[in-house]
Amino acid sequence: MGEMIKMVVVLTILSVISGGGLKGLEEWAKPKIENNVMNLVKGPAIRQILDEADNDPVKDRFKIADGETERNVFVGVFDGAADTVVLEASASGYGDQVGMVVAINMTEDTLRGMAVTTHKETPGLGARAKDDPSFAAQFVGKSIGSPFSVTNDGGQISALSGATITSRAVCSGVNQAVETYQRLKPQLEEQIKGMGK
Amino acid sequence: MAKSFASEFTKGLWKEVPPFRLVLGLCPVLGVTTSLKNGIGMGLATTFVLLCSNILVSLLRKVIPAKVRIACFIIIIATFVIVVEQMMQAFAYTLFLDLGVFIPLIVVNCIVLGRAEAFASKNGVAKSTADGLGIGLGFTWALGLLGAVRELIGTGSLKGDVFGLIHWDIPNIFGAAFEPFGFAVQAPGAFVILGLLLCAMNLIPSK
Repeated sequence: MGEMIKMVVVLTILSVISGGGLKGLEEWAKPKIENNVMNLVKGPAIRQILDEADNDPVKDRFKIADGETERNVFVGVFDGAADTVVLEASASGYGDQVGMVVAINMTEDTLRGMAVTTHKETPGLGARAKDDPSFAAQFVGKSIGSPFSVTNDGGQISALSGATITSRAVCSGVNQAVETYQRLKPQLEEQIKGMGK
Repeated sequence: MAKSFASEFTKGLWKEVPPFRLVLGLCPVLGVTTSLKNGIGMGLATTFVLLCSNILVSLLRKVIPAKVRIACFIIIIATFVIVVEQMMQAFAYTLFLDLGVFIPLIVVNCIVLGRAEAFASKNGVAKSTADGLGIGLGFTWALGLLGAVRELIGTGSLKGDVFGLIHWDIPNIFGAAFEPFGFAVQAPGAFVILGLLLCAMNLIPSK
């Protein structure tokens, strides 16, 4: 009996110390990691989908309140007019959350592009959502009037073969970004008003 | 004491270098050694985990009940692996992207658990430190060597850095006419080159 109690006590204490310490470490590392993700993953992805923009969308970013959360918004200036906003979104894929950035043309209400940023999908299958440019290219220029879905579900996006779950996640992420955009459109227009000049 | 301390350290560097002499922990050895930089990065991450887990296991060896020792070791090892993962994301994000899933997989690296069970749980802190450091650095040079050979044959040059501290950039070692042998940096190439290195290691006596 005594041995039993000792086992439970030792394991409990070890787990508590480990869990507590790691939580502290996570809090400490989180801003650094976000900074790295911004500079090394999201930044290049955003610059790539807005490569014809006159400004640097990563520099021209601001935070906007959406209910209780804050969202990053990146602004693209085309031909002197700040008409494009990039929103972040994520949806559950096959591995973990699939993070993406979605660029929306505000005057035409169309997608200017999207790119997958962070993911843990299977290399060679789901990972092609990020690596294969032809998949992301399907979204370019599409109207945001109707929600996106893969052709299997009656939608307009051809899924990556062997990676339907990932493809669905990308569609649902884009839809989330579109919903956010529609919800925040008045505030967004207000914010980007003078930015194009 | 001083002599045995040194011998615990040096055995990992040559006599018991894990991938070549013991042929242990081959998953990362084959998976991440596409370049010298990745090999060294992975090796150092493993060394850190091995060193910390060896020290802690050795300190707690009288407290840990024998029946749940493996569970305790895994908690300790997993904790340090997450520490490495977070630190690498904070300070060496590009390396983290290259190594990807192999960093969390250090938890199940049989070398780390093996040293905890076979050595640290039976020896004092000083010896366990020497053992962890020696085995870890042995693992690092083995991964570095395999990575360097694969990178040289696969791309014809060596380029990279360790945590931004040491840089190297040696282009076209075999001359500009060298046609890179891409097979070397792919998965099957890892097996072939590891096999050749194992063969070479066996030609050199371990004593």
